Amino acid sequence: MTSNAVVLPFIVHLFTAILLLFFWRKTVAQRIISVMGSTLALTVAIGLFSSVWNDGILTMQAAGWAAPFGISFVADVFSSSMVLLTSFSGLAVAVYSATGISRGRMLFGYFPMFHFLLMGLNGAYLTGDIFNLYVWFEVIIIASFVLMSLGGRKAQIEGSVKYMAMNILASTFFLTGIGILYGITGSLNIADLSLKVGAMENRKLVDMTAIFFIVGFGIKSAVFPLYFWLPSSYHTPPSAVAAIFGGLLTKVGIYALFRIFTLIFVPDDFLSNLLIVLAVLTVLTGTFGAVIKNNIRRLLSYLIVCHIGFMVGGLGMYSEVALAGALFYLFHDMMVKTNIFLIAGLIRKLRGTMNMDKIGGLYAEYPLLSLLMAVVLFSLVGIPPLSGFWPKIYLFEAGFMDHHYALVAAIIIGSFATLYVIAKMWAKVFWKSQPEGIAGVEDGFRPMSNFRRSLLVGPIVFLAAITLFIGLGAEHIVTVVNHIVREMKDTSPYIQAVLEMHVSP
Amino acid sequence: MELVFVILIGVLYAGGIFMLLRRSMVRLLIGIALLGNGANLLIFLLGGITKGKPPVIGDAARVFTDIYADPIPQALILTAIVISFGLQAFAIVLLKRVYVLVNSDDLDDLNTPEEEDI
Repeated sequence: MTSNAVVLPFIVHLFTAILLLFFWRKTVAQRIISVMGSTLALTVAIGLFSSVWNDGILTMQAAGWAAPFGISFVADVFSSSMVLLTSFSGLAVAVYSATGISRGRMLFGYFPMFHFLLMGLNGAYLTGDIFNLYVWFEVIIIASFVLMSLGGRKAQIEGSVKYMAMNILASTFFLTGIGILYGITGSLNIADLSLKVGAMENRKLVDMTAIFFIVGFGIKSAVFPLYFWLPSSYHTPPSAVAAIFGGLLTKVGIYALFRIFTLIFVPDDFLSNLLIVLAVLTVLTGTFGAVIKNNIRRLLSYLIVCHIGFMVGGLGMYSEVALAGALFYLFHDMMVKTNIFLIAGLIRKLRGTMNMDKIGGLYAEYPLLSLLMAVVLFSLVGIPPLSGFWPKIYLFEAGFMDHHYALVAAIIIGSFATLYVIAKMWAKVFWKSQPEGIAGVEDGFRPMSNFRRSLLVGPIVFLAAITLFIGLGAEHIVTVVNHIVREMKDTSPYIQAVLEMHVSP
Repeated sequence: MELVFVILIGVLYAGGIFMLLRRSMVRLLIGIALLGNGANLLIFLLGGITKGKPPVIGDAARVFTDIYADPIPQALILTAIVISFGLQAFAIVLLKRVYVLVNSDDLDDLNTPEEEDI
C-alpha cells in the first residue's frame, strides 16, 4: 500500500531542525521547540507503527518514479518499530538536554544538530534504496561529528578525531560495496537487489561483496576487530549526546546488517560462520574491557561492544529463534543503553565526576533515585523478569538447537561479566560511603529548582517505564518480534510491496 | 581503458589506506581524500564505460535503440563527491583545532590518560 505517511518521521525532524535555526541565540525557545518537535515525531511514529501493524507494509516512491528506478521508502514492521523506539529515546534525550546541556553548546547549534541526527536515523530505517541508505548514514555521521566535538574540550576533540577517521573509513567501505553491487547487478533498490543477487550464479563474488558491507557496518556498529574507536570516544561528549550515540548510533549499524543480510545477502555457511566468530570475539573483548575500567562511562562503552556481539551472534545463527532473540535484544538494548548513559550523566550531576573511586553513598543520600537506577541496571543485566532476560533465553535455545556452543559460552561469559561489572558499580557508587577529602566532588543536583530536577529525572523514569513494559509485557514484544522474523524469513511480501507498485493501480 | 582505471583504483586505495595508518594528521586527511576518490572511480568503472553514447533519446525514436552510457554512476559519484567534500571540510577544521590544542601534528600527543577523566 502506498502512503506519504512513510516519510513523515524524518520530515518532522527536518522541519524542527530548520525552525530551530531561526532561533539561533534564543536557547529557551530552542528547548521548547525541540521537546515539541520530538513529541510530534513520537506521535507520528506511533501512527506509522499502528498503520503498518494493521494494514501491512507501506511504501512511498519518491517523486512517483516506479520502484527499481526511483528511490523507494518502505515501512515494514521492523523499520517502523525502530522508528518508534528511536522516537522514545529522542523525546527522552530532548527533555534531558534542556538541563543536561550547557547553554554554551546550545548557542552553537546543539538542538538543530540533534534533530538532523534523528532525521538521519529515521531516514536510514525507512529507506528502501541502498545508495539512499548511504546518504542517510552520511547525514548521521556529519551530525554526530558536530555533536561529538561541540564544546571543544581536549578530551572531546581527541575522541572526535578517532570517531571521525573510523566513520569516514566505514563510509568508504560501504560506498565501495555499493559500487561493486551496482556493477554486478545494475540495481540499487533493495527489493530489486534481493531478487537479482539471489539469482546470481557466482556465489564467491556475492560473498566478497558482502564482506565490504560487513566491514562498513561492522565499523559503525563496533564489531570486533573494528570497535576500538567506540570506547575511546563515547566517554567524551556530554551525557545527553553519549546517550543518543550509545543507544541509537551503533544500533543503526545493526539495523543495516539485519536489513542487508536478510534481504540481499542471505547468509550461507561462510557468512554465517564469519558472523558467529566475530560475535564471539566481540562479546569477549567487550567483556574484558568492561571489567577493568573504573570510569562509569568508559565501562558502559565497553558494555555496548559486548552486547553488540549478542545481536550479531543472533544474526549469524540465522534460525528463527535466534533472529527473534537478537531482535528482542536490539529493542531492549536501545531503551536501556540510552537510559544508562542518561543515568551516568545524572550521577555526574550528583557528584561532579564519573570516577567510581571518587564517588559513593548515593543510596544513603538519594534512596528513591537509586532504586530507579537499580531497575535500569537490573534490566541491563537481565535479572528475570526484567527485559534483558527474555532475549537471552531465545539466544541460548537457538545456540543449543544449532550446536553453536562457543557462542552460547560467550553469551554466558558476557552476561556474567555484565552482572559483575554492574554489581561492582552498584557497590562502589551506591553502597560505599562517600570517600573523604577528594577535591572537585560537589553536588550540582541539590541546588537545582524542582522543575530542572524533574527535567533530568523525568526522561529516566519514562525510559525505565518502557524498559519495564518490555520486560513485564514480554508477550507483546514477542508478538512483534515473531512478526518481524516472519517478514525476514519470507521476504516476498516486502519485495512485492515495493516492486509491484506500477502493476496495481 | 578499463585496465588503466583498475590500476589507478588500486593505487588510490592502497595509498589511501597507507596514509590513514600514519600518525600524522595531515597524512590522515590525504588518506581520506585518496580513499574517497578511489571509491568514486570504482563506481565509475563498475557502472560500465561506454564511450560517445549519451543517454539521450533521439527525436525520431520513442525508446533507446542503441547501447547508451549509464547515467546512474555519474549521479552516484556526484552525490558521493559532494558528501566527501563536506566531510573533508569538517575534518580539516577539526584537525586544525587539534593542532591549536596540542601544537603538534602527531596524533599520539593527543591521548589523555584515564585518570584525567571527569
